[in-house]
Amino acid sequence: MANYSTNEFKGGLKVMLDGDPCNILENEFVKPGKGQAFSRVKLRNLNTGRVWERTFKSGESLEGADVMDLDMEYVYSDGDMWHFMKTDGTFEQYAVDKKAIGDVEKWLKEQAVYTVTLWNDNAIAVSPPNFLELEVVETDPGLKGDTAQGGSKPAKLSSGAVVRVPLFINQGEILKIDTRSGEYVSRA
Amino acid sequence: MTPISDSDDWQPTASIETLRERARLMAGIRFFFAVRDVLEVETPILGHGGSTDPHLDSLSLDATTSNGRERLWLQTSPEFHMKRLLAAGSGAIFQLARSFRDGEIGRRHNLEFTMLEWYRPGFSLIDLIDECELLIREVLPVDPGPLRQRRYRDLFRETLDIDPFITSLEILRQRAEEIGRLSMGDTDRDGCLDLLMSLAIEPQLGRNGIDVVVDYPASQAALARKHRDPEDGAGVASRFEIYLQGLELANGYDELTDAAEQAARFLNDNLQRESLGKPTVDIDRRLIAALEHGMPAGSGVALGVDRLIQLALGKDSIAEVMAFPSPRC
Repeated sequence: MANYSTNEFKGGLKVMLDGDPCNILENEFVKPGKGQAFSRVKLRNLNTGRVWERTFKSGESLEGADVMDLDMEYVYSDGDMWHFMKTDGTFEQYAVDKKAIGDVEKWLKEQAVYTVTLWNDNAIAVSPPNFLELEVVETDPGLKGDTAQGGSKPAKLSSGAVVRVPLFINQGEILKIDTRSGEYVSRA
Repeated sequence: MTPISDSDDWQPTASIETLRERARLMAGIRFFFAVRDVLEVETPILGHGGSTDPHLDSLSLDATTSNGRERLWLQTSPEFHMKRLLAAGSGAIFQLARSFRDGEIGRRHNLEFTMLEWYRPGFSLIDLIDECELLIREVLPVDPGPLRQRRYRDLFRETLDIDPFITSLEILRQRAEEIGRLSMGDTDRDGCLDLLMSLAIEPQLGRNGIDVVVDYPASQAALARKHRDPEDGAGVASRFEIYLQGLELANGYDELTDAAEQAARFLNDNLQRESLGKPTVDIDRRLIAALEHGMPAGSGVALGVDRLIQLALGKDSIAEVMAFPSPRC
């Protein structure tokens, strides 16, 4: 992989740091009046999801990371691993382990398309689509006529996530959910 | 026909309304100096000599002149040419000069930018700080709060509990590594202090008014005179920097007028550049000649106009007050 110098650091660039692949989130050029310049960089460690703040001397470089984001369809879980399939017609499958699936486990729906991050051809992270349509499998009975009032109650969805929904929602309904905030958007 | 580009990056990053405001503020700056009888001058952007400052990287180009093919340097500030005018007897002068610094791009930096530089023969540093304050207050639409002078040394003592002049290099490196989360390797004292200044001190400056930092370490004197710290006789640079809302706005000197000392600093800068693996820069021998002839004692300051406009208009990035920042030029 190529090396990238601090002046090439920008949001979205994938680099290796301390042996982990990282995604650069922000790079701020700082320089006191007459002195040496530095780059103040925020990076997300793609293995752990944690955000690191590091400073580099201007002109230092990092090795690029062989990281790719690919669209893949969720197929099934065998209990230990979660299996995804490329959507480019090759039917190639990737197994994702518990660590890489992380919190996304509660947003899995067969045939929905996820972004799977590969590092050296291994899946290290999965992100769900921004919106998913999921069925309510468990909630208190809906309050008839209550379509405008505020107030909410918990509902368990088919993927396992629990979200707050309006009081009028019933079990068996399909809802549109924003996976980024975990909030109810509308009836699907 | 296929379009050559389908992107919209031909568009200016500043709104036309902002450019109007910018023009109005620039006119105000010119008026400020006109009423004080400070002469506006225009000096070349290109020079046979460039800035040797180890931490400024100059751009250069090859040009055909009456001397044939030769290398010319894009000026990092109009300082050298303006000092030659002072030596020639210009009296007080100011300039709004396009300046160039390689590699400096960011939220508060652009490869080329507008420097407001002015020189006041006979002014002490304090006189010039006062004049800077008046200008800043005139340009900003809201009161920036009171002006405070802060000694470089005291800032480090208060913020980091270290004395930048005395603390051992080992401890300076340790603190810099802690705060910057990086390896400082064999970085020298000034490198460590620069990092601590940028990361731990600067962001807090100018939050409750205008902060003017004075008495920098002698090793950071650049083109300023030096004097002794009355506290213990440590050498300090007769230099100030003005900060507002965490932004470094201006850098002023009690100007060095000693030609031999100036020449020695240039040579030393180039040695430092070599040790940093940077190319050396041609020394401006005409500036040295002008100093030998004699430049009146006085103070001068360079102020980043784009940043001042950023503050005046409440814009978050320098790109928002420039028509076409370097990525779009």
